[in-house]
Amino acid sequence: MTLDLFLQHLSNGISLGSLYALIAIGYTMVYGILRLINFAHGDIFMMATYFAFFGIVTFGIPWFITFPLVLVLTAVLGMGVEAVAYRPLRDAPKISVLISAIGASFFLENLTIVLFGGVPKPFPAPKIFTDVVQVGTVSIQKLTFYIPVVTLISLLGLVYLINKTKTGMAMRAVSMDHETARVMGININRTISFTFGLGSLLAAVGGIMWGLKFPQIQPLMGVIPGLKCFIAAVIGGIGNIGGAVIGGFILGIGEIMLIAFLPNLTGYRDAFAFVLLILILMSKPTGILGEKTAEKV
Amino acid sequence: MRRRLAIFLLLLVVLALVGAGCIKKESNVIKIGVFEPITGANAAGGQLEVEGIQLANKLYPEVLGKKVELVIADNKSDKVEAATAAARLVEKEKVTAIIGSWGSSLSMAAGDIVRQGKVPTVGASCTNPLVTAGNDYYFRVCFIDPFQGTVMANYAYKNLNARKAAIIQEVNNDYAVGLAKFFMDSFKQLTGDENSIVAVANYNTGDQDFSAQLTNVKAKNPDVIFAPGNFTESALIISQAKKLGITCPFIGGDTWETQEFLDIGKEAVEGAVFSTFFATETPITAESAKFIEAYRKEYGKEPAAVAALGYDAYILILDALKRAGTTDRVKLRDEIAKTKDFPGAAGVITLDANGDAIKNAVIKVVKDGKFAYLDTITPQ
Repeated sequence: MTLDLFLQHLSNGISLGSLYALIAIGYTMVYGILRLINFAHGDIFMMATYFAFFGIVTFGIPWFITFPLVLVLTAVLGMGVEAVAYRPLRDAPKISVLISAIGASFFLENLTIVLFGGVPKPFPAPKIFTDVVQVGTVSIQKLTFYIPVVTLISLLGLVYLINKTKTGMAMRAVSMDHETARVMGININRTISFTFGLGSLLAAVGGIMWGLKFPQIQPLMGVIPGLKCFIAAVIGGIGNIGGAVIGGFILGIGEIMLIAFLPNLTGYRDAFAFVLLILILMSKPTGILGEKTAEKV
Repeated sequence: MRRRLAIFLLLLVVLALVGAGCIKKESNVIKIGVFEPITGANAAGGQLEVEGIQLANKLYPEVLGKKVELVIADNKSDKVEAATAAARLVEKEKVTAIIGSWGSSLSMAAGDIVRQGKVPTVGASCTNPLVTAGNDYYFRVCFIDPFQGTVMANYAYKNLNARKAAIIQEVNNDYAVGLAKFFMDSFKQLTGDENSIVAVANYNTGDQDFSAQLTNVKAKNPDVIFAPGNFTESALIISQAKKLGITCPFIGGDTWETQEFLDIGKEAVEGAVFSTFFATETPITAESAKFIEAYRKEYGKEPAAVAALGYDAYILILDALKRAGTTDRVKLRDEIAKTKDFPGAAGVITLDANGDAIKNAVIKVVKDGKFAYLDTITPQ
């Protein structure tokens, strides 16, 4: 393999990895605060792309207005899902909430099929994102530069919010102990609702970036990215935001390099993610950056 | 308490009457199952076929003095779901015949079920030879992939002057893998060079990122890329290829002919060439003219080839029912097998011993964001 070819593969890998990282952040944050794996994350991500589609194509709103609007709408949707599917189960066993999460995921998928049809739709990608830059013989889409930047901004923003603000302090308190946090005067419902809104907003950012890169949307598009980003979050150490970013990059670059060096194994691309997950969990059960905490009984 | 019981009994009687009414009505209806992907990755193709079938049902709503009712079963573009959907049509709905499916893999998933259930099934656009091979109950109104592969290999060799070709195939799709194989065999024969296929890249249904495969292909520098597969993935492949700086032409198979291929691929798919079954520019029979006019009126757009084939599958079954004079499935099967010189919208249909139609192929190109007719190829 020549250097040029390798660099092209590397740029493809970074581009895919940063996208995985972006979506994994939202996944891991909700888990970190609530100890709940939000399986509807991938579907909220899918809904965001549909919102963007309707904003730009159906209503003809320019993209720079549509995209912020999509973020708000998706955040509201996420809070809605939380209020309907998770809040009534606040004191129920963990497994009930998990089942409810899967139910919410199926509901959103099928609702989208009923409302918008099962036929894939083209995502309206503005030219400024999809243009290509030539660096030597390596072709890089401008988006490849934007996505890591967006990922980084989201990461830093989130770390700041959680560690330095009052809301973040409330979120951390809730993550440690619901009851005690409530006794200390923290509005649990509002904090959890905010967490979901924020997680969904991140899903929307990921959704828009995904749509720009792969301009085709359909109701089940969230399933595989949702699963892969969940794996990325677990690889990095679920609950750890920096870990999610590392996990996303490992997964993205790993997938591309698998195809680059072993083209015959292309069909096993999705399996690769799971094999990687098993290997990492075998050597480090809590993930790369996961804390070694004993399970509270 | 007694009143409640009375109400309950009354309800029961009403339900029984309604139920009886249904059963009575059903004997006046002939059910034809429509086995197509309505949702999922192949939905756009499946819906085009359903449009053709529904149009045919509207124009020819009756046979043997009975009303024909379409029972649509969504196979969700998924092989497992396809088996379930076919079983539902055969066992629960007890249909007289089945039409479908778009996508050879999906048709093959239903193969055993319709054969064991003895329900004659007519595929519209499933082109893989294995759909009908060894299955007495599966027929089709289109040509098969050994022919289609040859057509595209000839086009690449003669019209594009290509000597080195690369393949990008949807590896878990029987249609794509089969077509790619026939193309490779034919292309190697034409060039007389065993090494004329410089790269074979695979992907899975539903994949969205093809950058690694395309980078590998680009390094081999082919003259042409043959990429049989589903229209959404194919459109994404072509647009990602253009972004990676791949300039050689893309050619493919009949599955590309959907509006979504154009919508998703946009300017990147301009110039893409593929083989298909039928073009409105060259109507073949009187039925073609009737179909094209009715389709434009009903849906306000140009008919795709697969819509014409869906239409043909329906009228072929009706014709066989007329000849059989009964809804007995085994007799119907025998009549379908005897179909000869039947004028369909997408050409004259004669079924061979395998139950496959022998027909011309049409080559189309994407030009100015539309499908344009290029050439007609007759089988030798």
